[in-house]
Amino acid sequence: MTHVYDARGFGRALETVGAWVLGLLWILPLAFAIWTAVHPGEYSTRFVLTAPLTFANFIAAWNAAPFARYFVNTVLLVALILAAQLVLVTLAAYAFARFEFPGRGVLFALVLIQLMVMPDVLIVENYRTMGVLGLKDTILAIGLPYMASAFGIFLLRQTFKSVPKELDEAARMEGCGPLGVLWKVYVPLARPVYLAYALVSVSYHWNNFLWPLIITNSVGSRPVTVGLQVFSATDQGIDWSIINAATLMTTAPLLIAFLLFQRQFVQSFMRAGIR
Amino acid sequence: MFANTVRRMLVALVAALASTIALAQAPVEISFYYPVAVGGPITKLVDGFAADFEKENPGIKVKPIYSGSYQESITKALTAVKSNDAPTLSVLLSTDMFTLIDEDAIVPFDPLIKTPEDQAWLKSFYPAFMENSQTGGKTWGIPFQRSTIVLYYNKEMFKEAGLDPNRGPNDWKEMLAYAEKLTKRDASGKVTQWGVQIPSSGFPYWLFQGLTTENGVQLMNSAGTETYYDKPEVIEAVQYWVDLSRKYKVHPEGIVEWGTTPKDFFEKKMAMMWTTTGNLTNVKANAKFDFGVAMLPANKRRGSPTGGGNFYLFKQASPAQQAAAFRFVKWITAPPRAAQWGIDTGYVAVTPSAWDTPAMKQYVGGFPAAAVARDQLQFAVAELSTHDNQRVTKALNDGLQAALTGTKPADQAMKDAQREADRLLRPYKK
Amino acid sequence: MTRSAQWLYGWLLLLPSMALLALFTHYPAVATLWNSFHSTPKGARPAVYVGIDNYRQLVDDPIFWQSLSNNLWFAIGTIPASIALALLMAVWVNGKVVGRGALRLAYFTPTVLPMIAVANIWLFFYTPEYGLLERVLGAFGFASHNWLGSKSTALACLMVVTIWKEAGFFMIFYLAALQSMSPNLAEAAAIEGASRWHFFRRVTFPLLMPTTLFVLVNAVINAFRIVDHVVVMTRGGPDNATALLLYYIYEIGFRFWDTAYAAVLTIVLLAILGLAALVQFGVLERRVHYQ
Repeated sequence: MTHVYDARGFGRALETVGAWVLGLLWILPLAFAIWTAVHPGEYSTRFVLTAPLTFANFIAAWNAAPFARYFVNTVLLVALILAAQLVLVTLAAYAFARFEFPGRGVLFALVLIQLMVMPDVLIVENYRTMGVLGLKDTILAIGLPYMASAFGIFLLRQTFKSVPKELDEAARMEGCGPLGVLWKVYVPLARPVYLAYALVSVSYHWNNFLWPLIITNSVGSRPVTVGLQVFSATDQGIDWSIINAATLMTTAPLLIAFLLFQRQFVQSFMRAGIR
Repeated sequence: MFANTVRRMLVALVAALASTIALAQAPVEISFYYPVAVGGPITKLVDGFAADFEKENPGIKVKPIYSGSYQESITKALTAVKSNDAPTLSVLLSTDMFTLIDEDAIVPFDPLIKTPEDQAWLKSFYPAFMENSQTGGKTWGIPFQRSTIVLYYNKEMFKEAGLDPNRGPNDWKEMLAYAEKLTKRDASGKVTQWGVQIPSSGFPYWLFQGLTTENGVQLMNSAGTETYYDKPEVIEAVQYWVDLSRKYKVHPEGIVEWGTTPKDFFEKKMAMMWTTTGNLTNVKANAKFDFGVAMLPANKRRGSPTGGGNFYLFKQASPAQQAAAFRFVKWITAPPRAAQWGIDTGYVAVTPSAWDTPAMKQYVGGFPAAAVARDQLQFAVAELSTHDNQRVTKALNDGLQAALTGTKPADQAMKDAQREADRLLRPYKK
Repeated sequence: MTRSAQWLYGWLLLLPSMALLALFTHYPAVATLWNSFHSTPKGARPAVYVGIDNYRQLVDDPIFWQSLSNNLWFAIGTIPASIALALLMAVWVNGKVVGRGALRLAYFTPTVLPMIAVANIWLFFYTPEYGLLERVLGAFGFASHNWLGSKSTALACLMVVTIWKEAGFFMIFYLAALQSMSPNLAEAAAIEGASRWHFFRRVTFPLLMPTTLFVLVNAVINAFRIVDHVVVMTRGGPDNATALLLYYIYEIGFRFWDTAYAAVLTIVLLAILGLAALVQFGVLERRVHYQ
């Protein structure tokens, strides 16, 4: 669909060139990492087009640290957080959207605080709390501070508020209790928002680093981001080919998922931002 | 006939009794933190040692836990101590001794050293290594993987520049002269090959100690309660390092990354590099040219700090675990194992008798560079170590980085560092 | 539903969420304040009340001021740039540029990568002599430079990394907003004779204000929250040139174990975030146009 103000002729060509130059610049670092990872060490800094391709770096990286375990940990972590978030956020948003009770405003303000003051900032205290709870160095400890998500509550409350009251009343007439109405009416209607939120949450927690770094101590609970860092922080010589291979390996799942589900990803992030 | 049968039955009975008693004693399990990123060739070596020890000592199980860099390992160890989950042993930096004592995390080895053999064993370590392992008359750490700084150089580049490829520079003047000959520039004046490279990221204080020792000055007292960052000889040493890059332009400018320095060497980006002898095996495997290893150049004297890790015994371990751990430490520092460890990694084998084993003699015969670090031990001094070690060394690190980047003049940087160190050490001077 | 039933349901539904929020957000914030007035417990010595001693130490600490200034420069350097770039990218991808699907992919990919991975890739990129940046610049005849090892360029390098990662993320939100704008507006404006730039400045941009506000909030939070790149690339150096406030808190709290001082630093960080929240929601919200 032509937009009235679309550039034409020379202006358009200029725009295209500009956009492409930026695009190439943007993809350059990643391309460089890929180059280094698939060629042997000697070619990591020489751009000879006929250089032999190799998977040796990936194999070396895989064997050098228990990445399989790290991946399992991360998948468990992300799934655990998401599951808990979906439940908690739904219940809380429902309460805020459809129930009248004293202190509702105050409680909502308290929730909004977490939008600015994330658990990431309160690392010292949360670390101490985990010690008291006896949960240090567990996957649960990584996820617990994030399970009540202010962002999710905010988003879902908007969505629930926009559900027409007639549907609610209709369900009530059929004899549903409040939880039944929630399950039968609100949840199905909010499905696109749930998907959007899920994708945002998974991306965020897959990529989270500082808090997991502090709270985990052993291979059994370490997620893949911390594993990558422990692996690359050696006191003896850095081998770029292997580190880049390891880096690509750890980002591969998200990257592949993104490439396959581009539209959904993009639309989810878009939806998450719309009020 | 009958006597034979009876005898056989008695033997069987005794054997059965003995094995029952053995079974009744459950194996003692000792865990130890080892600082290396998980996986890689070193973990295989350590796993191998653990397995061999278990074979010789069936009542003890050894569990190595790989804990990242030295930095991360001390953090993990202290974290574990605070959550009552400490390991039995840990290999940590020799300089962490005061910190571990202050946090009430470790116990000295002395109560376990009772027999004359044990005492001889304690005396068998190189004295230079014991300096960071003992304080207040007690032995808190046992040397395991120790190192000194050495100068690696590219023999081919030396030949090209008309220098003798069989020895490194003898003193500061020579190192500067060599570096000037070895620094190459292209047509536009851009440097394609640096003369010398001394890394300064992360922990510049260690390499700096090489320079200060050579200039005849110590950076701290042995009790770990005072530092001497602003002594004139120290400032001179800073100035020499700064001048290499800013005045004589034979050394890269700014902060040089520790981790990429060996790779820079392989890529022929410089002719001489200062780094740990622990990188020897790495360099041997990856340098595709003839290289040499030399002691650090002298100024007023030769010198290098020691480096690397000791075994520490944790307070939270039970008496049975402590005894088992002591056996393990004695076993792994015995000459055959110490020699094997030195050969496989490049660290300096910690006792003179380890260097006398046939395996080591053969190795050194074929690869004389391996003995350089050991020969340098007579000139080695303790590594910088004080109470509140991390912060007091950070003050020095920051000062060195300020001087090397030209933000502060050398004397200003060191005076500021000394002021900060004084402030931090005040509570410990009682 | 009866009033009391409403109250009961409301509170019960909220209970698990509020409990977790209280435990991991509200309580720690209050506890941090409490701890900032006490000393650090060490070994067998418990914490004692010290009044505002820790705050005095804060004022006297040059590294604190450095990290604060670093963080503020970092925010100034990354926020406007990434938002502007994001807007530009969104406009381009929304228009009729050839191959915009691929472009959108190129712009957005850095966002899905973990910051740790991004930092490692860029660390290699910035390596003196044989890093990619050096080679590209070298081909143009520029001298070699130690990017991460000089005080003057290290922080700027980290800013570039952050902008690279964030711009694509913000682009998506702008794209959504642009696509939801009715084309009638443009047609009407064209009939009135408005130029392209005029249309953008007077119509498009104001209508994008809600998105800009959302993006701004995110950008500010991220500028103070994300320190992964510092951990990987510079560890705060050279000489604290890249020490950001949260990184300094991490160093003090988990390398030096000085938990009381870390608490004081955290209070400063919380104050900054609180102030940013007030400004954004109080002041800016009023100036936003809604459709």
